[in-house]
Amino acid sequence: MSLDAQGRETTIEQEATIGLSQGQVIWKRFKKHKLAVISIFVLATTIILAFTSVGIVIGGNGQLVVDKETLLLRPDGWYIKGWWQWDWFTVGAKDLVNGAPTWNHPFGQDDIGRDIFARVMRGMQQSLLVTFIVGFLSTAIGVVLGSLAGYYRKWTDSVIMRVADIILIVPVLVLGAVLGRSVGGGALFLAIMLGLVAWPGLARLVRGEFLSLREREFVDAAVVSGASARHIIFKHILPNSIGVIVVNTTLLMSAAILIETSLSFLGFGITPPDVSLGQIINEYQTAFQTRPWLFWYPGLFIILIALCINFIGDGLRDAFDPRQRRDDFTKEGFFKSLFGGKKIEADHDEVIVGTTQRENI
Amino acid sequence: MSDSKKILEVKNLSIDFAIDGNIARAVDGMSFEVSRGEVLAIVGESGSGKSTTAMSLVSLLPRNSRTTGSATLHGQQLVGMSIKELRKVRGKQVAFIFQEPMTALNPVFTIGFQIVEALREHFNTTRAAAKERALELLAMVELPDPEKAFDSYPHQLSGGQRQRAMIAQSISCDPDILIADEPTTALDVTVQAEILDLMRSLKDRLDSAIILITHDMGVVADMADRMIVMKDGIAVESGTADQIFNAPRHPYTQRLLASVPHLGTGKPAETIGKQAKSVLSAKNLVIEYPKRGRVPAFRAVDDISIEIGEGEVLGLVGESGSGKTTVGRALVGLLPVHSGTVTMGDKVFASEERGFKINKDDLREFRRNLGIVFQDPGSSLNPRWPVGQSIAEPMELSKEFTAAQIEARVIELLDQVQLPTSYRNRYPHELSGGQRQRVGIARALALRPKLLIADEPTSALDVSVQASVLELFQDLQKDLGFACLFISHDLAVVDLLSDRIAVMQHGRIVEQGPKEQILRNPQEEYTKRLLAAVPVPNPEEQKLRRLKRLELQG
Repeated sequence: MSLDAQGRETTIEQEATIGLSQGQVIWKRFKKHKLAVISIFVLATTIILAFTSVGIVIGGNGQLVVDKETLLLRPDGWYIKGWWQWDWFTVGAKDLVNGAPTWNHPFGQDDIGRDIFARVMRGMQQSLLVTFIVGFLSTAIGVVLGSLAGYYRKWTDSVIMRVADIILIVPVLVLGAVLGRSVGGGALFLAIMLGLVAWPGLARLVRGEFLSLREREFVDAAVVSGASARHIIFKHILPNSIGVIVVNTTLLMSAAILIETSLSFLGFGITPPDVSLGQIINEYQTAFQTRPWLFWYPGLFIILIALCINFIGDGLRDAFDPRQRRDDFTKEGFFKSLFGGKKIEADHDEVIVGTTQRENI
Repeated sequence: MSDSKKILEVKNLSIDFAIDGNIARAVDGMSFEVSRGEVLAIVGESGSGKSTTAMSLVSLLPRNSRTTGSATLHGQQLVGMSIKELRKVRGKQVAFIFQEPMTALNPVFTIGFQIVEALREHFNTTRAAAKERALELLAMVELPDPEKAFDSYPHQLSGGQRQRAMIAQSISCDPDILIADEPTTALDVTVQAEILDLMRSLKDRLDSAIILITHDMGVVADMADRMIVMKDGIAVESGTADQIFNAPRHPYTQRLLASVPHLGTGKPAETIGKQAKSVLSAKNLVIEYPKRGRVPAFRAVDDISIEIGEGEVLGLVGESGSGKTTVGRALVGLLPVHSGTVTMGDKVFASEERGFKINKDDLREFRRNLGIVFQDPGSSLNPRWPVGQSIAEPMELSKEFTAAQIEARVIELLDQVQLPTSYRNRYPHELSGGQRQRVGIARALALRPKLLIADEPTSALDVSVQASVLELFQDLQKDLGFACLFISHDLAVVDLLSDRIAVMQHGRIVEQGPKEQILRNPQEEYTKRLLAAVPVPNPEEQKLRRLKRLELQG
């Protein structure tokens, strides 16, 4: 028994009739998607690890300067040291001739004795920064502009879509390279530039969703009840297009890592002496055969980040979708629960139809 | 019936579907036979397995199905036949007519091309000969201009013409059996009557059998010689149409027949409403869809005047494209009024002096007294919202209620529409069509409107579900006393509910008056034709009506 808002006791039957808010329902369902929950923990751990281990640099131009007091090299800007004993820029003696992993340098060392763990951590900071800023910026711009275009149509739509077309025909790589270069300032600016040009795809998708959803009768019903445009956009249409948005955002974020890698490979984007995961791979690509640790560790972390983001996206999409079946833990327990149960595809007005068996019986 | 005439014999046919690792039986032990020149109707509600049975005859079922039993066509076993042999049977011996000709015909090819293709698939003919035959077929299905139809694309024909073209394609190879799966469900009553006439005459001319799959008892009464009633995959009753209509034995058949609204069974209207205060009146209402690019403006509603009194139900009937839905949408302010006056109570909301516009504050007040129930219960509820939230929405938006009041009202409303209160946390996809429509009604009634506009609220539902929703609707109307504009294409439903009826055609009201007058003593030619075209679920009565209708057509 529990107490309701008026302080009355509610019985179990009454509890079943208490309305749950959308947020509560979504969180309840998200928790059922084990892999997504695990991914959140892994991603959070990775982020904490990356930022605490080798410390952070705030501001600065990505170059190294000589510290006036210690007369040692240090990054430009405000540099806070981390708990890891090595940093990503100091050249040192190699424990082993080929720089293979040792207890002292668990990920090994490169040819001039820099610690690979420190370099990977620093690279991950940059890659995560790019990923999240691009994901956040382009999603925010794409959703807002796409919603406006799809909801208001007419000239709003024409203007926004023509702008989107113009951005779409310019290769992101070239635009990112030129803009990132001319402004300078490393990962942060690169990320903002990429975010500013990566939204048209999402905007188009969101617009398409709006165009079809606004014709649905539940939108009419809300209009008749006196709902404002704001209410309709945020309460009715956006929650129904969340699947498209989440999937696209996760794809964008993964793509952002790759774009950053490509730019670094081309010599734009993040350049030495600063580090990014893509740039490390690029720098050591010739060592792939002989000293694989130089190559595999950064690669592994790229995959880890991308996978985590995708799984979280998967979990969010399922959580937002009420057609997700609620209890599917009766059989084949672990694997099914890992993927949040079997998904049932059903049209909005169709009775639920089960998945088709592959083999002909 | 002699054995020589027997074409198809089905014995103990069962169909299973494998769903999520479980086996679900869709059809259980069906046995029937069809002879030349006979119409066998398989009736049942959605999910009863009637279409599945027909599809299984030529193995058109999805891969997760399994068919057992026996189905022989001229002694040839169809169950378990190889694809190669099936191809010869499909189209040539067994032909299909589908419900929706727009989706069954390929939109990127002309009608003629599609028929020629079907002919050349089965016969070794030249293109010229096939074309000649195709034109012959198009003439046979009584298309007004076969040459023109031959070169037309599906979208260039009207619904009825498309259905005729599809029938022409189906009969192109002189099939022994024509399986018609809800052939007239998507059509208007007058067109439906014509298509049924055509099928009847074709059957005699081609000497083939028809298996008619439908949920419409009126169509069955009009067409069928024998019928099978299916429920949950089981044939509960079979016999001649006369037998079953006049003396149904199985309780389900009795219930099904009882729930079919029968034109002419509505209770006479009580005299209230005539002197009652007007709730909503529209005078000289014109609604136009503005021009778009090169498409000129379209006048969907042209100079109509209606008035709805307190507690009165006005039935607005018409065929598709008559503008009835447009009227409903304009009256709730979803569409702008082009000209005319809209008055609610004593207040004028749209008139010439106001530029025919409803201003924003007025619109709020206007809608405050209105509720609307939409046609498609699948689309009218937000799929991401628990239904309780959907019902609460109008109250939350009005900002006149506290959370506790809304809470109490939602439960009260669910109670009124006879749904368990625990359903409030369910999502629309977890409810059946009828339950969803009840939720739609609850939402429309949330603010205790003076006027409810119901736009075909039951047309998407099965007959027995329709019957219970209509009953609920009647009860609520009686208890709560709201006025109602009931829009429908189904005269029998309107007969059941309304006090007065307005008949629309091409955006105009052709006739308006008390129910008795419109249904029993129509004055206008169109109303007479419309009434005559409605099939009645009684074979004998329907036969008389058919003759009368043909007389009317001259």
